[in-house]
Amino acid sequence: MKCRRCGGKAVINMRQHKLALCKEHFLIWFPEQTKRFIKKYHMFGYQDRILVAVSGGKDSLALWDVLHHLGYQADGLYIGLGINQGNGYSLKSQEFAEKFAIKNNLKLIVVDVAEIAGATIPEAAVLTLRGKGKPCSICGLTKRHIMNRVAYQGQYDVLVTGHNLDDEVAALFGNTLNWAVGYLARQGPVLEEVTGGLARKAKPFFRFYERETAAYALLQGIDYIYEECPHSTGAKSIYYKGQLNQLEADRPGAKLSFYLSFLRAKESGLFAHQDPATQANLNSCQTCGQPTSAPEQCAFCRTWDRVRGRQTITA
Amino acid sequence: MTVRFTLRDQEYEVRAGMTVRHALLKLGIQPESVLPTLDGELITDDEILQDDQHIHLVAVISGGTISPKQVTFQ
Repeated sequence: MKCRRCGGKAVINMRQHKLALCKEHFLIWFPEQTKRFIKKYHMFGYQDRILVAVSGGKDSLALWDVLHHLGYQADGLYIGLGINQGNGYSLKSQEFAEKFAIKNNLKLIVVDVAEIAGATIPEAAVLTLRGKGKPCSICGLTKRHIMNRVAYQGQYDVLVTGHNLDDEVAALFGNTLNWAVGYLARQGPVLEEVTGGLARKAKPFFRFYERETAAYALLQGIDYIYEECPHSTGAKSIYYKGQLNQLEADRPGAKLSFYLSFLRAKESGLFAHQDPATQANLNSCQTCGQPTSAPEQCAFCRTWDRVRGRQTITA
Repeated sequence: MTVRFTLRDQEYEVRAGMTVRHALLKLGIQPESVLPTLDGELITDDEILQDDQHIHLVAVISGGTISPKQVTFQ
């Protein structure tokens, strides 16, 4: 297959765009597209201070790389989850994030969950009923809280994550199957700031397929953690991604079309007034002060208080 | 006349002469979930497989690919 731009040997074929590119032209196309999405969806500008949530994986490191090369002011945030049983997943992923920051002379903020909350994610998962022993639920809750706290307290203009189209479509598919209108109302490439403590959020890679972000990381020579989180086995999102890829194989562009149609429907008013996190519905958490739809404590403080309480009992 | 495919710790063999995409589908691996590489270089899935080649597949779906069929020879 030949590169559409130069006629050289293509290294990737993006069937949904009917576009095959060689290494050189893919490495030009990918940041150009990112820049286009940032502008089109009004994510942020060159004057803004950006905090990139970095996991050490392909998506977040590729995103940090692209933003840095496009000239945006982007610091990184790595959250140490303490998932080190077996393959030392957290230690390894932190090493990838730190090496990337040093190589590119970028600032990386490291927050260790055990240090600030009193237990690692696997330890906390055992002590709480949240997620029925699976750590993914408390992990997501904790990461969202810390990311928001660091972005807000550090006065960053926007928090960005490396979510790609496959992540977004899998979430959309799951939320649609359950008609979770509250989640559907809040899903999108940009989440506006909520005064009083919820930072603005953006997903500059939301229109790239997962294999495109992986191809960028490989072709750009970015070292990332290839192993997966040991707890991701059997995750529902992975199952949905598989189902959606089956559809994509038969109908190239189906995933992109599903997501863009959702955004258009949302823009035209579907799910309007269904967002639970509107200013009027939010209170200040009595412990940490972050906005919450709960009447007293936010889910993070409630869950971690329970974890620490059970630690004391079992000690 | 065989071609070796590897994906994480799994190994597969297929006959030479078919395209990478055809081989992936035969093996029950979703083409969207991997990037095929040959000698460390990315290749497109319309490449015709040659005898004795070793195609290393890079998994791209976070959390791993959906379990492929346990096929060793097609």
